[in-house]
Amino acid sequence: MRLRSRAARRAGLNVLGVLVALVTLFPILWMVSTAFKPAREIYSLTPHPLPAHPTLGNFRSVIDGKVIGLPYWNFLKNSLFVTLVSVVASTLIALLAAIAVARFRFRFRTSYLIMLLIVQMLPQQAMVIALFLDFRSLGLLDNLAGLILVYTAFSLPVTIWMLRNFVAAVPREMEEAAAIDGAGPMRIFWRIMLPLVAPGLVATSVFAFIFAWNEFVFALTFLGTDTAKYTLPIYVTYFYGRGTVDWGSIMAASTLFTIPVMAFFLIVQRRMTNGLVTGAVKG
Amino acid sequence: MVRTVSGQPGRIPGPEDPASPAGRAGHRGPALRDVPGPRQRAAAFIRRRRLTPYVLVLPSAIAIGLLLFWPTVQIAEFSLQNYGLPQVTGVAPTQWVGGANFSAILSDPEFWLSLRISLIFAAVVVPLTLLTGTLVGLLLNRLGPKMSAFVSSTAMLAWATPAVSASVIFIWLTDPDGGIVDWALAKMPSWLGGGAHWAGFSWTNAPLPAYTLLTALVVWQGFPFVAVAVLAGLKTIPAELHEAARVDGGGPWRIFWRVTYPLLKPIFLVLLLLSIIWDFGVFTQAYLVTGELGNRDEYNLGIYAYDRAFTMPPSYGIGSALALILTVILLIITIGYVRASVRQGAIQ
Repeated sequence: MRLRSRAARRAGLNVLGVLVALVTLFPILWMVSTAFKPAREIYSLTPHPLPAHPTLGNFRSVIDGKVIGLPYWNFLKNSLFVTLVSVVASTLIALLAAIAVARFRFRFRTSYLIMLLIVQMLPQQAMVIALFLDFRSLGLLDNLAGLILVYTAFSLPVTIWMLRNFVAAVPREMEEAAAIDGAGPMRIFWRIMLPLVAPGLVATSVFAFIFAWNEFVFALTFLGTDTAKYTLPIYVTYFYGRGTVDWGSIMAASTLFTIPVMAFFLIVQRRMTNGLVTGAVKG
Repeated sequence: MVRTVSGQPGRIPGPEDPASPAGRAGHRGPALRDVPGPRQRAAAFIRRRRLTPYVLVLPSAIAIGLLLFWPTVQIAEFSLQNYGLPQVTGVAPTQWVGGANFSAILSDPEFWLSLRISLIFAAVVVPLTLLTGTLVGLLLNRLGPKMSAFVSSTAMLAWATPAVSASVIFIWLTDPDGGIVDWALAKMPSWLGGGAHWAGFSWTNAPLPAYTLLTALVVWQGFPFVAVAVLAGLKTIPAELHEAARVDGGGPWRIFWRVTYPLLKPIFLVLLLLSIIWDFGVFTQAYLVTGELGNRDEYNLGIYAYDRAFTMPPSYGIGSALALILTVILLIITIGYVRASVRQGAIQ
């Protein structure tokens, strides 16, 4: 009797879980499904969850880039370039700082950590005004290098904070043992620290990747009307609000833009969520 | 504020720390100079690197200083200047105008409208996000390991969806021509609020529907983070506590408020403050849903600042003053967030 009620409760909870998962996934599924639908089905009076006659036409028009006059690869290249350079730069810079705050006690250490907590909350739509004017006089507008600088700096507070925990988890005794055996600081870094924090570097760089890949405000403001320099988020919104809205193409563009992030994210999810909760961050 | 933070007890540096008195210069033990045994060599090695932490921190400090800290100072500076198109093109010099930008803002009904929208939006979305996230977190804790991993993975996919994609998806879902939400509402029986009048309903042309849509969007993207954080907190509560409460005859409601909530209170406080910061300052989603600076009566504070700074004719002075107001409001909440994090032992 008791057992049966327990099984029933378990089944009820599982149903609830599936329901939550479905509601959560629905917008993403709808995006993908719309991307494969021909226009006739997209604007049909009775929408269907799955395309009846799946087509690649929307993807073709996104990749050809007829709307904007440049192929998709151009924007993919821009996004990849900006993202990869800023991820490498910010991860390296953050690793140095993380070693400092995790391994050394020094003056201003606490102030530095608190400063990191505070600056990560500064609103980007406020900072963009001053940075726009600065970059204008430096000739960094309409320039991917400007975005790289901003993305590197803006992902630092969170990446340092996350990496700090990974560095702190490396047993200090290992470094001390190596030092006793006569290893220099460089050797200790390459042979002990780096291999042991490598998983942390992966998780952290995924965060920096998502930040740079998704970033909208700075790209929107800095890239202005130079369409050839657009990154993918700006390309996705380019379709939007220009005469008749072609939802099939927008969803196809959005799918091509979103899927890599999700795939990337699911691979490292477990490690990532731990880092997220300890670092208390949202992208 | 900082004083209470750095005065935190329990952070006594260990003997191996360079900052501890034994590690500082001028406290060299005589034993060291005699025979450099391996232990002493290691100690000397650590000591010699007194400057190391500063060198390591320097690149990040420069980057953050130049690209995050300095622009904030500049915004404060510009907010007191008549920085506009003639100034940026060099036709006329910038002049200090004192508080003129701020007095213009305070007598500007659009500013008060945008501030009110930001406040109401945060007041609605923050509790909704926390409630949804907590309920899903509690559910995840009760599910079996496989099911829990599955549901939290789907939730984290919503979290990982880029703001731009999430916005265009939700705008498409509620599109008057072909959007599934209007279709479903039109099909719904009238006692559920449905009806034919929903067909072709535009969600983005008036503030209330636009912010209803934005609420759904931001809650959808925000609840997974809360759920995962609550789940992580629940995992730290010993199962015996809940069992004991159940044996004592407590219902789930009572157990939550008497056992779970008090134990997770610090986590809830941090989540509350983070949600306020994020939702009060929401930009990308609000910018896209309100039609890329299309509808002035739908501006929140951040969009209004952005619009005043960049829409022709640009007024960087007024825009900076608005941005400064937004920044100061967020910094006040951030101070609360930092205090809560420090109390939780985030800084060690």
